[in-house]
Amino acid sequence: MAGPETTGATDANGVSATEKSTTGTTAVREKDARDMEGLEAGLDALDTVQIKRTSPTEVLVQKVLPPIVAVALVVAIWKLLVVAEVTDDYKLPDPGLVWDALRELWLQGELLDIVWTSVSRGLFGFLIALAIATPLGLVVARVKFVRAALGPILSGLQSLPSVAWVPPAVIWLGLNDQMMYTVILLGAVPSIANGLVAGIDQVPPLFLRAGRTLGARGLVSARHILLPAALPGYVAGLKQGWAFSWRSLMAAEIIAKSPELGLGLGQYLENQRNNSDMAGVMLGITLILVVGIAIELLIFAPIERRVLRSRGLLASAR
Amino acid sequence: MSPALTTEKADPAGTTATVAADPAVRIDHVHKAFGRAGAVQPVLDDITLTVRPGEFVCILGASGCGKSTLLNLIAGLDRPTAGTIEVPGGRPALMFQEHALFPWLTAGKNIELALRLRGVPRADRRPEAERLLELVRLGGSYGKRVHELSGGMRQRVAMARALAQDSRVLLMDEPFAALDAITRDVLHDELTRIWSETGVSVLFVTHNVREAVRLAERVVLLSSRPGRVVRDWSVDIPQPRRIEDAAVADLSIEITEELRGEIRRHGRA
Repeated sequence: MAGPETTGATDANGVSATEKSTTGTTAVREKDARDMEGLEAGLDALDTVQIKRTSPTEVLVQKVLPPIVAVALVVAIWKLLVVAEVTDDYKLPDPGLVWDALRELWLQGELLDIVWTSVSRGLFGFLIALAIATPLGLVVARVKFVRAALGPILSGLQSLPSVAWVPPAVIWLGLNDQMMYTVILLGAVPSIANGLVAGIDQVPPLFLRAGRTLGARGLVSARHILLPAALPGYVAGLKQGWAFSWRSLMAAEIIAKSPELGLGLGQYLENQRNNSDMAGVMLGITLILVVGIAIELLIFAPIERRVLRSRGLLASAR
Repeated sequence: MSPALTTEKADPAGTTATVAADPAVRIDHVHKAFGRAGAVQPVLDDITLTVRPGEFVCILGASGCGKSTLLNLIAGLDRPTAGTIEVPGGRPALMFQEHALFPWLTAGKNIELALRLRGVPRADRRPEAERLLELVRLGGSYGKRVHELSGGMRQRVAMARALAQDSRVLLMDEPFAALDAITRDVLHDELTRIWSETGVSVLFVTHNVREAVRLAERVVLLSSRPGRVVRDWSVDIPQPRRIEDAAVADLSIEITEELRGEIRRHGRA
């Protein structure tokens, strides 16, 4: 049986509680019932996490200003190098010449056409990739055999530069849009599928157990619990998938030239190289970069922010 | 064998098959072991236990008594190695130590998902979710995200979600263990109130003796490694109790003695 020392402590507490609670307990309890709601409201107020939203000025200073400063700095250094004549001006043209090339392209009415040719290809290719990669990722994540078979290939494909697919795609399909889409798919499908697999792998088992006790099984569980829980990983995969789509497309456009293909950003870049127009080449690179970033900032970043914020994952990250 | 027999003596009405009303939960000679042949770990050994409709039972034990395993078996998340478990009222609701609320849904939508999975028509879900939030005194929190709620509020939403299943049995796996003492006290009062308002049977697992005595009509002590029913106390202290009550303390001391005796056995072995 228990030693006297150990029980002594419990006893002492018990006795002191006895003396207090035997007198006037009913009165205390009635008051308790009335105070309960107030007590709870107080606790809730004390414990509730306050979420501070940043003001527009803060966003401007913290998020918008730094990249503008960085870009201005790069242009300034560029200009400095040109003024210092570190190299021949056909290798490093004046930033002003690049600006002129942009103006010219705009005035000719070609700028938007070129950008739209590439962007529409890229986004359409991305959507096809999305439609293929989502079921593929689900199956790889949930079916053991498929995972063992395709998992390593899928992650291996991510490290294969998509430009490597251009030569075989040209041989298989010829110089046409199908070839472009094939290259995009081979680049984007693995990264979207892998994102979904990673997202599903990171779903806490507790959610699945909770779902099962609520009666969610099979497809119902996939729809109501697994997929929403995997959404942050999936969205990260989408973002990466877009980057891969865009990169693959540019590789395809630079290598494959045909009058039937229409003039996209990649072809524009390659044409300027053939014309030995370095300002045009710089413009081409800048446009590819700016469009890629713009799509990410305008489409994917807001989706990701919304997903993370609604789960309280953004506030805690800071 | 003998511990199980003691239970039957201590609670004859609960375990005899001739009881008129169906029990809420009937656990009959349940064994559970984990591991493969050769290295089998018995976790539960011959558990026989009956919960009456509307009864509040606390299962108490130290580490390794298989409390959570037992709840998983009753919830149907796992199967016993031997013996039978009957839950005549259908799938029980289960509350975890972690709130297990889905962070992509608001508090209200978490409850509505449970209603939806239960088959409640769309039009009825919103008012029912509001009613359940009202029941756990979170009337204004329908649109709140999980991360905007405090620990105690989250467990109350989890309680509302469990009640949304409309099960006759509520299983609770140390649901308040991660809360601070003040909040836990308040939630004890809430649980007692909700239990008496809804008439649900509660099977509450804890390692906290006072919590068990504060809440339960019956406290069942399990031994550890493997879990066996050691003793069964009925708690005849009128509700609402307080954890500081003398009667609660007295019985807690008695049960703690028994629990410590069980734990000491492992030191000697």
